[in-house]
Amino acid sequence: MVSAPAKFSIAGLHVHYGKLCVLRDLNLDIQANEIFTVIGPANSGKTTFLHALNRLVDLVPDSRLSGEVRLDGVDIRCGLEVEALRRKVGIVFALPLPLPISIFENVVYGLRMQGVRDAAVLDEAVERSLHESYLWDEVKDRLRSPAMNLSGGQQQRLCMARILAGRPDVLLFDEPTSGLDPISTARIEETMLNLKEKYTIVLVTNNVAQAARVGERTAFFLMGDLVEVSATSKMFTAPADSRTSDYITGKFG
Amino acid sequence: MSARLAQKIAFTILLLATLLVVLPVIFILGIIVAKGASAISWEFLFSMPRDGMTAGGIFPAVLGTLYLVLGAVLFAVPLGVLAAVYLVEYSSDNWFSRLVKLAIVNLAGVPSVVYGLFGLGIFVTFFRFGASILSGSLTLGIMILPVIITSAREALESVPRHFRTVSLSLGASRWQTIRHSVLPHALPGILTGMILGLGRAAGETAPILFTVAAFYLPRLPQSVFDQTMALPYHLYVISTQVPGIAENVRYGTALVLLTLVLLLNLAAIVLRSRFRRKKKW
Repeated sequence: MVSAPAKFSIAGLHVHYGKLCVLRDLNLDIQANEIFTVIGPANSGKTTFLHALNRLVDLVPDSRLSGEVRLDGVDIRCGLEVEALRRKVGIVFALPLPLPISIFENVVYGLRMQGVRDAAVLDEAVERSLHESYLWDEVKDRLRSPAMNLSGGQQQRLCMARILAGRPDVLLFDEPTSGLDPISTARIEETMLNLKEKYTIVLVTNNVAQAARVGERTAFFLMGDLVEVSATSKMFTAPADSRTSDYITGKFG
Repeated sequence: MSARLAQKIAFTILLLATLLVVLPVIFILGIIVAKGASAISWEFLFSMPRDGMTAGGIFPAVLGTLYLVLGAVLFAVPLGVLAAVYLVEYSSDNWFSRLVKLAIVNLAGVPSVVYGLFGLGIFVTFFRFGASILSGSLTLGIMILPVIITSAREALESVPRHFRTVSLSLGASRWQTIRHSVLPHALPGILTGMILGLGRAAGETAPILFTVAAFYLPRLPQSVFDQTMALPYHLYVISTQVPGIAENVRYGTALVLLTLVLLLNLAAIVLRSRFRRKKKW
């Protein structure tokens, strides 16, 4: 793990919303093709951390980002256009948020915005990404019907397909199963494990057990501080910090 | 007094108040239809006035009103929607945007005769458009601008925030996001504003009084620089300025104006419901 160059390298990252400091002096590396999980109680800065990685924090008025975030060695704030960054670093939100258009149009939205017009390219992207998110068989006969008609779990897998269509490098998951039933959750987790072959995955989760199931390395955030980061198996058996063990064993949170 | 009795009295008062609101509308419509329906004929609608407007039709006035409404909407809707997009999507909450919003609210409260004088000063005299369809349309357009901007702003603000977040997160630019994920969903609300604006522009007399309306014209307008007759002003003229006009002609003219506004509204409502059926979230 030391030899490979990091996908994301983060040094001295602070995020402020107005005067409020939500992430404090964060230093960590995320390796290519790992599932990096982030756990922690509410308001610990987990979502802000994800949103810093593809600059969605910019959308918050008065937000301020300082320190350095590098994607493949390139500074995400001055090294590339924000649109290009967001195509490389896709995000799946906590709630399934399909746009109120057809399944097909949801999947090709990003490509269309890039100016892709070729129907064959779009068709290929839809089939490939829906296969990758294990939704193809369920929707292949109704690609033109509204995405809102799908079930919650299907919608969430559609949201995955939507970012996969643009061939990203990194997938960010922000508590992607918080609104789903156990069977849909299992399918999403299975999908993530399969996607790891090709993509780097950062998974924020409220569900400690989920981090233990799919994560390779895990970071524990508390009130905007990174308390501990280590291999997931180590964190769940022998956490270095007492606050981590308190949280994992359910003493608070 | 028992609670039940108190409730009955309250309900009765509420019902009466509601009826009192509806009654004048029914009354006005009833009178206009009863007194004016006999004047309505093919000739009345589609021929020129004759014999000092005591006979013949009101076609030039109908056509003039359609021109003016169309002109006002063509001017005010694009301008108003663009301004609303700027206010909602681009400007941050600073003194400038607050000033603009305050100005819009105040613009809505300006009496229509003041718009008429303003149009006379700016378009007729300063820009030398003369009393013309162009001057009248622009004046009416400015008058309905606040309605259009306000309803477009509300429509844009009612588009869920996450549409924007999702679109941006997929690598769309801000303008692409507005163009593809915000404006299409705000369209029904924007059309509502247009409906309200249409109705006002069609019915107002004061703004067109100095800027376009002609007492009587023997021929139809040939260009946007011509004067035109218009229904509201024509109604005023035949009701108060020209003696000896049959009652059913006056009420018939009012009926036509009313029907025209209703038809315009109806068209816009149909259009809006078609958009709505497609959008669900």
